[in-house]
Order: sequence, then C-alpha cells, then structure tokens
Amino acid sequence: MIAQDLVLDVALVLLALCLLVAAARAVVGPTDADRVLAVDFGFLVTLCAVALLAVRLQTPALLDLVLVGTLVGFLATVALARLVAGRSR
Amino acid sequence: MSVQTVLGDVLLLLGVLLMVVAGIGLVRLPDVYNRTNAVAKAGGLGLVLVLLGVVVLDPGPAAVVVLLLAIGLQLFTVPIAGFEIGQAARLSGAPLAPGTRDRAGLKDGQPGRGDDGQREAEPEQDEAERR
Repeated sequence: MIAQDLVLDVALVLLALCLLVAAARAVVGPTDADRVLAVDFGFLVTLCAVALLAVRLQTPALLDLVLVGTLVGFLATVALARLVAGRSR
Repeated sequence: MSVQTVLGDVLLLLGVLLMVVAGIGLVRLPDVYNRTNAVAKAGGLGLVLVLLGVVVLDPGPAAVVVLLLAIGLQLFTVPIAGFEIGQAARLSGAPLAPGTRDRAGLKDGQPGRGDDGQREAEPEQDEAERR
C-alpha cells in the first residue's frame, strides 16, 4: 500500500509540473488560441489530479467531480474558442 | 501487491506520462496547430488512461459506472474541443510555423482579415518580437 501511495505522489508531482507549464503557456502564448489551449490543458491536468486524489485519499465521491469536470471543461473550451474565433470576424 | 493494483498503477502512470509528454509538447512545439494536437492527445488518451487505471483499482460499483460514463463522454468531446480550438486559431489568423506546406493558400494572408502578409512572411522574427 505504501508503494502505491509513493507512485501516486510521484504522479501528482508530475501533474503539478504540467500545471506550471500550462500556466506559462497561458501567460506567454503568442496568440489567444494558445491561451485557450493552455486553459483546456490545465483543466485536463486538474481532472487527472482529482482522479488520482480520489484513489490516494480513498474517497470515491471525488470521482463524481471528474464526470462533471469533463463536461464543464468541454463547454468552457468550446465557448472560449468561439470567443477567440469571433473576435476577428 | 496484487495483479489488480499493479495493472491499475501502470495504467495511471502511463496516463500521467502522456500528460507530461503533452506538457513538453506545449512548450516545444512551434505552432498553435501543433500544440492543439498535443493537448488533444493528452485529453483523449492521457485522461482516459488515468480513469481506466482508477476503474481497474475498483473504487466501488457506483464509482465505476460514473467513471465509464466519464471515459465515454471524454472520448466524444475531446476531438470536438480540439477542432474548435484549431478553427478558432485559423479564423483569428494565427501564424503557421515556418516550413508548413500551404497548399490551401493559408500562408498568403487568407485567414483572418486584417492580416498583413508580413506576419506570415517572418513568423520567427514575429514571435521573437512578441516576447
């Protein structure tokens, strides 16, 4: 069990680094589409982290959050992409 | 550790590894369109692998149903989100990476109005200027 906890901790640290990358891309990103992409990626990484935490903390209730999060993330991405696309028309 | 635990952990790690690869791609790829590709792979494969790993670790019947539903929905929605972002980038006139073949004439100031052809001509210099 301890070995599994270690694996999950390593995975969570890697996801934290991914989140940093997403934040950097959202700040730097030359175009607005880059920023939307960074937000989308950040959302995905957060969902991954929530799923891992559900295993790590033994709380299956968190998995409902993943289901809701995938849908909200999709809608947010589409809405932001429409916003970026509409700005130039 | 049982076979179930090992298999679940391997799936989890594979998924997280794909997320990391997508993060590297987000830093290193030259183009919005290329980065869209990386993020779509992270969403389609990375998250689904992580969720499959959680399913294998068996958090209980109700959670398994929720997770399978989330996996299905994710597989349906990720390509749409990637396409939307790519289309938004093209419509807003995001520059193409140097060396892109422009059979559709994308490179010659066709996308987004208000594009002065100079942006497409010197993408590298342009990117350097913006930083």
